[in-house]
Amino acid sequence: MRLRVFRWGLSVAVVVAAAIAGERAASVQAVPQSTGTAAQAPKPANAYDSTYQPLPSRPTVIRNATILTAAGPAIERGAILLQDGRVTAVGQTVNAPADAVSIDAGGKWVTPGIIDTHSHLGVYPSPGVEAHQDGNEMSSPNTAEVSAEHSIWPQDPQFDLALAGGVTSMQLLPGSANLFGGRGVTVKNVPTRTPEGMKFPGAPYGLKMACGENPKRVYGQRNTAPSTRMGNVAGYRRAWQSAKEYRDRWRRWRDAGMDEEKRPDRNLQLETLAGVLDGEIRVHNHCYRADEMAIMINVAKEFGYKIASFHHAVEAYKVRDLLAENNICASMWSDWWGFKLEAFDGIQANIPLVHEAGACAIVHSDSADGIQRLNQEAAKSMRAGWEAGIKIDRVDAIRWLTINPARALGIDKWTGSLEQGKNADVVIWSGDPFSVYSRAEQVFIDGALVYDRNDASRQPRRDFTLGILPTGVGR
Amino acid sequence: MRLTLASSLVASSLIASAALHAGAQQPPSKPAQPVATKPAPPRPPQPAASGETIAITGARIHPVSGPVIDKGTVVVSGGRILAVGSNVQVPAGARTIDAAGKVVTPGFLDSSTQVGIVEVSLSADGTADGASTEKGLSAAFNVVDAFNPNSTVLPVTRVEGVTRTVVMPAGTGHVLIGQAAVIDLSGAHAPASVHRTPAAMVALLGEAGAAVTGGSRASAMLRLRESLQDTRDYLANRAAYNTAQRRDYALSRLDLEALAPVVRGEVPLAIQANRASDLLAAMRLAEEYKLRLILVGASEGWMVADEIARHKVPVIVKPLTNLPNFDSLGATLENPGRLVKAGVDIALASFETHRSGTLRQEGGNAIAYGLDRGAALSAVTLGAARIWGVADRFGSIEPGKDADLVVWSGDPFELTTTAERVFIQGREMPKDTRQRQLLERYRDVKTMPRR
Repeated sequence: MRLRVFRWGLSVAVVVAAAIAGERAASVQAVPQSTGTAAQAPKPANAYDSTYQPLPSRPTVIRNATILTAAGPAIERGAILLQDGRVTAVGQTVNAPADAVSIDAGGKWVTPGIIDTHSHLGVYPSPGVEAHQDGNEMSSPNTAEVSAEHSIWPQDPQFDLALAGGVTSMQLLPGSANLFGGRGVTVKNVPTRTPEGMKFPGAPYGLKMACGENPKRVYGQRNTAPSTRMGNVAGYRRAWQSAKEYRDRWRRWRDAGMDEEKRPDRNLQLETLAGVLDGEIRVHNHCYRADEMAIMINVAKEFGYKIASFHHAVEAYKVRDLLAENNICASMWSDWWGFKLEAFDGIQANIPLVHEAGACAIVHSDSADGIQRLNQEAAKSMRAGWEAGIKIDRVDAIRWLTINPARALGIDKWTGSLEQGKNADVVIWSGDPFSVYSRAEQVFIDGALVYDRNDASRQPRRDFTLGILPTGVGR
Repeated sequence: MRLTLASSLVASSLIASAALHAGAQQPPSKPAQPVATKPAPPRPPQPAASGETIAITGARIHPVSGPVIDKGTVVVSGGRILAVGSNVQVPAGARTIDAAGKVVTPGFLDSSTQVGIVEVSLSADGTADGASTEKGLSAAFNVVDAFNPNSTVLPVTRVEGVTRTVVMPAGTGHVLIGQAAVIDLSGAHAPASVHRTPAAMVALLGEAGAAVTGGSRASAMLRLRESLQDTRDYLANRAAYNTAQRRDYALSRLDLEALAPVVRGEVPLAIQANRASDLLAAMRLAEEYKLRLILVGASEGWMVADEIARHKVPVIVKPLTNLPNFDSLGATLENPGRLVKAGVDIALASFETHRSGTLRQEGGNAIAYGLDRGAALSAVTLGAARIWGVADRFGSIEPGKDADLVVWSGDPFELTTTAERVFIQGREMPKDTRQRQLLERYRDVKTMPRR
């Protein structure tokens, strides 16, 4: 993960920035206590709930397109109808109302909106200066109490660039400096003034965890724990044990009649971990090496939680059977390797091998550049699969970008495939999305045309770009 | 990777990121590079320039120096190209490679990497030689002295069709960070694999220059001028300097000697900068000191493209650069196309090391955003070779040139295309890579090592 690595090169500056961010977090007003159900630890109240509202839309029918639905075979010269924010019909032909906007997409391709499980947009915005380093709270190896949503700068112009790449949803995560980096939040890629305005309604929080070199380097260099991989694992186990005890404390209190005098203290850090144990928060675990993924599966078994996805997972191919057995996704790059030792065994066939084993394979970006071209990353992986003799095609590869990430994020019942009743998160590509020459032409989110490559008035521009980007900068 | 090109080079060792083309491929019926059943031990590199005579027939050949030849033949002998054309006789005894339906181009040249000088970028002491932070060492630093042809990065890169690269230094101790070289990826040791050294003296201006000189662009320019002035003075008074009869210089004797061919205009000064104002400042400096200038990065190059063209300064660009940072608010994917339209000579670079093979993805995107297809091919072959002073032997498919050739399954810039065969100086490169051996070991779940 080069991005983070470079930023650690600015460690002094970053620590200062992190300290400032912490100060802001402390000034956030106290959250009202929710009543919750008797068996559970306290849940976060709704102060930070999504305020997302779909943008205005008109019924729209797209015809004559090659449609990759991520839920079945490709449909040649097919049609799809978007109404009231949903996909209401998809197939060879559809019956559209008379007032529907009709788009002839002859020669073009239609796919679900692309979903990135691993992004730092908004928490590491452009311009990438010290003042913007808000993604790694590098003040303790366990900062499960922080949440990326409290660092997101909605005016990050990188959101606009990702939209031009067809990305409709993404998980914004804290960095990987810590064993427990904090909560990640899944957003819809729409322009808003507040982070809550982007939050994907109903999407569960993620918890960012990190294996391997990063935490042990960051804290080892300070002569504090962890400084080894075994120190990392001890750190996870200690925290999960505390979380279990915390959850049990609250359970006992509730079972005993919720005497206000005896209410346990609320602990924001343990509350997040308890949320994982209760199955409400999904673990997203930065982990490169096969052996470390196997260990993390054991840790999850010891404490009774589930890992939604390993991230980066450059050695996922070595344990793809284990991932399939345990129903864990792997969010991977196409061809990143060698930038550190735990990435040394990365191979280009990683994604197709994981796919072939029946595990949930995902192309992720972890990069403000890569997120603009996730379709190209998938294309390279598809080719590497062919070269390895793996029988895959575009119908398989589209899943790596859409329904599989939706599944890892817990939003697959709403988005990730073009099926009747799902959110109308749709991309029209100028051609085969796995060609280097194709580009997203139109992007719909909940049925609203949010981006149109051929209409400047349909190209969101975040505040930062005004009056500072040169005229004619283009994309 | 949000980094600007120049700042990525400051970060130690580069760790620091239309119409549908007709030829989108379906999966080949047979894997293009079938996986062997037993992993072969890595083979030591053969001596360069074997005498084998090879004829590649029936291919669509892009000589770059001339028009495309449909169903053409290239004959290679003694490491050189013997003949190319549509009516070329295959010499008796030649190994014939049927390349019908394939595309043949010169090997690609990536104009900025650290291939061979960085094995593992981070936290692997001793494997990364790309950067020196040593104060008092600047211009004299030469990447050739650290080049390791046995690096695992070379095979991984050349199977993607890259046969040569400009290896760049990446120091952070001074505005002058040392000397770049053009090397081939055959696996031969230096000096056989080194084709030009120094190919350029590399300097940092703009944000990256400021970062190594106390925080201001102005101080970076000042230190660069001081270095050039000291070198001129040193060259005029060498004897006096060597007998301690001359004032002190800011640079060491080694650095002054290394700068001598730069101030004489023999070796280009490659200045990394991105902001339009920094590019203009670099050109003013070059004019004043009569230097041969190459601009590296230049993400705002399109904003001053006419000036760059007028000064006939070539530019090394990374097409996939569009994040608005303060050093490059004008960054756009259309930069390469706009520069070429203005008459600027460009070469493309990945600015990667382990992923130098993504050079062709960079080229494909440059085409998608307005760069002429032929100009894109030239910018990774002949055009790049001219900029780096190696066009006499490399960059086009012409009789007499080194036989660096790639047989592609289709359009080289397309993501689904495979580089099926790669030749460096007439020798076919093995397909074996460390990654391939890992794939073979883990290809079959049933025979994987036990867990």
